Amino acid sequence: MATRYFGQSIKRTEDLRLTTGRGRYTDDIAVGTGTLEAAYVRSPHAHARIIDIDVADAIDVPGVVAIYTWEDLVGAAAEPLPVLIPHPALHAPRTGYPLARDEVHHAGEAIVMVVAQNRYLAEDAAAKIRVDYQPLPAVVGLDAARAAQHAVHADVPDNVAARLVQTVGDLDAGFAAAPHTLELNLEIERSCSMPLEGKAVHARWDADDQSLRVYSSTQASTSVRAAIAAKLGLPLGKVEVIAPDVGGGFGAKIVHPWPEEITVPFAAVRLGRPVKWTEDRREHFVSSAHERGQQHHIRVGFDDAGRILALDVQFWHDNGAYTPYGIICPIVTSTQLLGPYKPGAYRVTFESLYTTTVIVTPYRGAGRPQGVFAMERTMDAIAARLGLDRTVVRAANFIQPDEFPFDQGLIFQDGRPLIYDSGNYPDQLIMLKELIGWDAFDDERRRARDEGRLLGIGLGCYVEGTGPGPYEGAHVQVQTDGSVEVAIGLTSQGQGHQTVFAQIAADELGVPIEKVRVTTGDTRRFGYAVGTFASRAAVMSGSAVALAARAAKAKALRVAADILEVDASDLDIVDGVVAVKGSPSSAIPLGQVAVLSNPLRYAFDEAAKAATQFAKPADPDKPPVAEDDEPGLEGKDYYSPPRSTFASGMHAAVVEIDPDTSEIAIRRYAVVHDCGNMINPMIVEGQVHGGVAQGIAGALYERMAYDEDGQLVNASFMDFLMPYVTEIPQAQLGQLILGHQETPSPLNPLGIKGAGEAGVIPVSAVLASAVEDAVGVPITAMPLDPSTLFELRRGRSADSSSPPTRPDAEGVSR
Amino acid sequence: MGQDVGMKPAPFVWHGPETVAEALDLLAEVGPQGKVLAGGQSLVPVLAMRLAEPAHLVDINRIAELDTLTVDETGVRIGALARHRRVERDAAAGRSQPLLPQALAMVAHPTIRNRGTSVGSLAHADPSGELTTVLALTGGTVTAASTAGSREIAAADFFVGPLESALRPDELATSAFFPALAARSGTAFLEVSRRHGDYALCGVAATVTLDENDDVAVVRCGYLSVAETPVVVDLTEAWQSGGDDAAAAARAAVDPITDLHATADYRRQLAGVLTGRAVRQAIAAAHHGQETAA
Amino acid sequence: MTRGEAPTGEQQHRVRLTVNGRAAAATVVARRTLSDFLRHDLGLTGTHVGCEHGVCGACTVLLDGEPVRSCLLFAVSVAGREVTTVEGLTPSTATADPDTLSAVQRAFRECHALQCGFCTPGFLTTITAGLRENPHPSADDAVQMIAGNLCRCTGYQNIVAAVLRAAELSDADEPPVPEPAEGGA
Repeated sequence: MATRYFGQSIKRTEDLRLTTGRGRYTDDIAVGTGTLEAAYVRSPHAHARIIDIDVADAIDVPGVVAIYTWEDLVGAAAEPLPVLIPHPALHAPRTGYPLARDEVHHAGEAIVMVVAQNRYLAEDAAAKIRVDYQPLPAVVGLDAARAAQHAVHADVPDNVAARLVQTVGDLDAGFAAAPHTLELNLEIERSCSMPLEGKAVHARWDADDQSLRVYSSTQASTSVRAAIAAKLGLPLGKVEVIAPDVGGGFGAKIVHPWPEEITVPFAAVRLGRPVKWTEDRREHFVSSAHERGQQHHIRVGFDDAGRILALDVQFWHDNGAYTPYGIICPIVTSTQLLGPYKPGAYRVTFESLYTTTVIVTPYRGAGRPQGVFAMERTMDAIAARLGLDRTVVRAANFIQPDEFPFDQGLIFQDGRPLIYDSGNYPDQLIMLKELIGWDAFDDERRRARDEGRLLGIGLGCYVEGTGPGPYEGAHVQVQTDGSVEVAIGLTSQGQGHQTVFAQIAADELGVPIEKVRVTTGDTRRFGYAVGTFASRAAVMSGSAVALAARAAKAKALRVAADILEVDASDLDIVDGVVAVKGSPSSAIPLGQVAVLSNPLRYAFDEAAKAATQFAKPADPDKPPVAEDDEPGLEGKDYYSPPRSTFASGMHAAVVEIDPDTSEIAIRRYAVVHDCGNMINPMIVEGQVHGGVAQGIAGALYERMAYDEDGQLVNASFMDFLMPYVTEIPQAQLGQLILGHQETPSPLNPLGIKGAGEAGVIPVSAVLASAVEDAVGVPITAMPLDPSTLFELRRGRSADSSSPPTRPDAEGVSR
Repeated sequence: MGQDVGMKPAPFVWHGPETVAEALDLLAEVGPQGKVLAGGQSLVPVLAMRLAEPAHLVDINRIAELDTLTVDETGVRIGALARHRRVERDAAAGRSQPLLPQALAMVAHPTIRNRGTSVGSLAHADPSGELTTVLALTGGTVTAASTAGSREIAAADFFVGPLESALRPDELATSAFFPALAARSGTAFLEVSRRHGDYALCGVAATVTLDENDDVAVVRCGYLSVAETPVVVDLTEAWQSGGDDAAAAARAAVDPITDLHATADYRRQLAGVLTGRAVRQAIAAAHHGQETAA
Repeated sequence: MTRGEAPTGEQQHRVRLTVNGRAAAATVVARRTLSDFLRHDLGLTGTHVGCEHGVCGACTVLLDGEPVRSCLLFAVSVAGREVTTVEGLTPSTATADPDTLSAVQRAFRECHALQCGFCTPGFLTTITAGLRENPHPSADDAVQMIAGNLCRCTGYQNIVAAVLRAAELSDADEPPVPEPAEGGA
């Protein structure tokens, strides 16, 4: 098969629409046609009992159409939201209701739904609704959750939702044999995805047809459909969910159903009118999802070369008020903490704890950044203790290229063994050191010192399990005009799926890419899917598209072989024409093969008419459609992997610290990544760029600042510091350098590994490493800002036993 | 009451006067329950978050007579509708009072400066405001007009508290005056912020004047984000004893708070560090000005 | 139900302005932001709303040619003015033919300067105005030109590249300046 498109940086099909203002995001749907709009009364308290809800003043606001509370929900809609991914270790799962019932557990939880003629009026009405609360104690931060002076959920008095221990090897023996041991306490603060488009839902009930169509800015349209059908008591076949253009997800849109994904369709059905809701930015801060908050305690035993003989990790994960997504994040932390290394023995214990804050579900990286931070800070600490180069210590611990497949002996997030399929970590490190100028840096640092400047260098390595199952599918259909419709079940939020999957289909089928049209995330077009997360779309849907296209091609060759009276093995498809190899005159265009695949051939178009020239008289003794066949030229297939495939990468950074202001500048940043074969290198690079930016954001700028009353004090873009271009090292200024490596995956037909999350995973570790190198102060908590660094440096020189002073929302220096 | 979520403003009655006289009549009538809308870059988010719900909005964007910027030998007079961008780019204004373009370059981003007005940002009285500090340092004034007449309010009297100016509810700030930089002088404006364009964690505006021998004769600095109102300090003596003394004097003069983004001690540190850097830059500018003048 | 109806006692304003070179009008209440006016009253959904407090820049349009945050403007305040949205940047809005896109739009596609596309309209308007003012930006200039717009997907790398590429394409689009005749004119 000629690969004309695979591996090429084909320009995106999506861009023609998106650069001309013709995107269609959920809030754009049916604009100006009088769709009712919803707003919600959300709890101002982190924890409270709802005593009374008085809507009397709101009902009279002109333009208000309906007001709903939990008491208006019926059937399954009145039940708690589902726990999507249960786990035996999740012994105390809790979820909320689509509209709060009796008690709220985080500020921002939806209590009352107002439906009005427009959002302005809905907000006016919401402001007039009086809710009587009995405030209850807030529980904020892991320290408070662990201390359990107060319980988030009354029936979970210790605030522990889950506890899990995984062990590989003999830890005690490892420590006994280790000449050196170290202990570390680390912390990463909570952050969040913050896509530029918030959540949005648009629901339309067709009373004539008794069917519901819902548009949602979701990463999992198929599952949202199933959830809505179940919660509203509708037959699955009468509910369709479409993810239109989605303005970013980064994980925040993977958990489902959001309360609004239930209540908006509920209202649409009740009212018999289209209803929409578009989340505003402040709502997104307090009612979407956060992630990252963990505390780690690490004990490591190692030898003189820095090889880890025993690694004992305990960590505490802040899961917020509810656990709809189970414990995927801490499981990912537990398993991916190992990175590219093979410690002699490993034990990881975690507790996932409730706090009266927004729920915690995966954000790009999904627990990996925390695990990598833990491991990479440990590696640095080992190197410091032994006086060894930090890259030498890491290299001593690498899994070697000839050791694949490598079984880490743990169970991964997909419930399958953590077996790395392929990789070459030593080569990555060599490439990285060259890109960043590692070996020459001691001189660079010294020369800078002489000028009174503080420079430092750091690195971080990671392995990322990508493409978890259980499956994805694709449907490929050749139309009579020769165009190809491809439908996949999972969704897009900017990854270029309409382009990359067209590349695969075009290559497999031998058609020009302009002839291929890809639809994603539309349950009308494809019914079984899992969703876009865990860097799985290229692996899963890519493989499925390849398989489905191969099936379609096989059929095309079979049908054409029969018509041309040759053997299918003599045929190939080039530029959309099925022809005998080496004898192009014996050919038939693919569109006409499509016509001929269907015994029913009304000549509705020119292609159909033209196809009749090829038609042979039917065999009177055989049925027109054979027993194992179908009409039409289609292929449908699913890809279901035996387990995840393991991408990997390493980053390094040179930072400069202003000696007087402690401002942190990234002078240069190098990335080496391996995602196996790449469908579209331009798109892969774009994913890495975006991930690195979010990683830097999380390391130096972003955190969710909760006060002790459970109020999110930085719930706006003024105080939640999403970086502008000026905060991110730029390739055009020579500050960002990318290198890549390809170790194909043996697990899927195209040898692909996922790339979506790669950029973000090691960044906090890298920058902590570099800052510590520059100023000689241990960096054990992220994010890091100039004020905190200033206090750390000052505290270091004054009293090293007092804890670092961090800026505090309360106005008190802690 | 500000609601915790929601980004649509509460209803208001909108007025679009076309003359100052009309605007003043309106303010006399609705001032106490109203707000003036000029650039809106600070006010509209406040309205969106319902942190304020004025019943009336007096939109002065149609008042052509307020869209003025005049420069003479005494200084720069900025009309209420002059956008930041216009002032920033006005060569004459920049020659007369270089702190203006230096400070304005730090105000948010160019897109915000296209609409935001300089007088509006003064009326907003934000101690983190760049122009607020420049007005205080240069000893400028704000002209406030009402149906009862007009008055000039000195900077020291104008900034009453954080986000609180001396304007009465029925008054409109029609212009602001920034005195020209003295001869043989140079200025600098430095700030440290978390992101480019953000409010400063701490900022310093510095003015240095040289004597006939080109020695430093006067050093004065204004500080933003370090107290409830801009802080102006005469550092002439402290600077004579050395940069460290000036930095110490600056640190002693400011009264910053700890918040989400920085501790009070860090802000104090910045005040000291930026003082040295800004004064040295201003000295260089003063000398350069002398060279080009000669 | 017609657009802009105010069932409340709120006063309605008939707002007329020029949008993308054409007269446009709708009747709205005073607190209707320009971003909502463009999107919901005029159906021009290309302008996006990312924060409604002026920080992200997704709502940026051109007001008499200068970039402004449409979320921080009330429609009624800009009556009679000229607004250009992303839909007005294309020389011909009739087709999706890549050749009819503006230099900035083409550069964005060439350089993969967008992923989800939500922030893109704000960047396109900002850069279109920016290049008018500075047709030959350096890399540093390009960074400053886009310093007030947030993007969550791209890390800005390819957007900076697109600014520089758009400048090249604009130069190529210009009719060539005739060389002076030999021996001077």
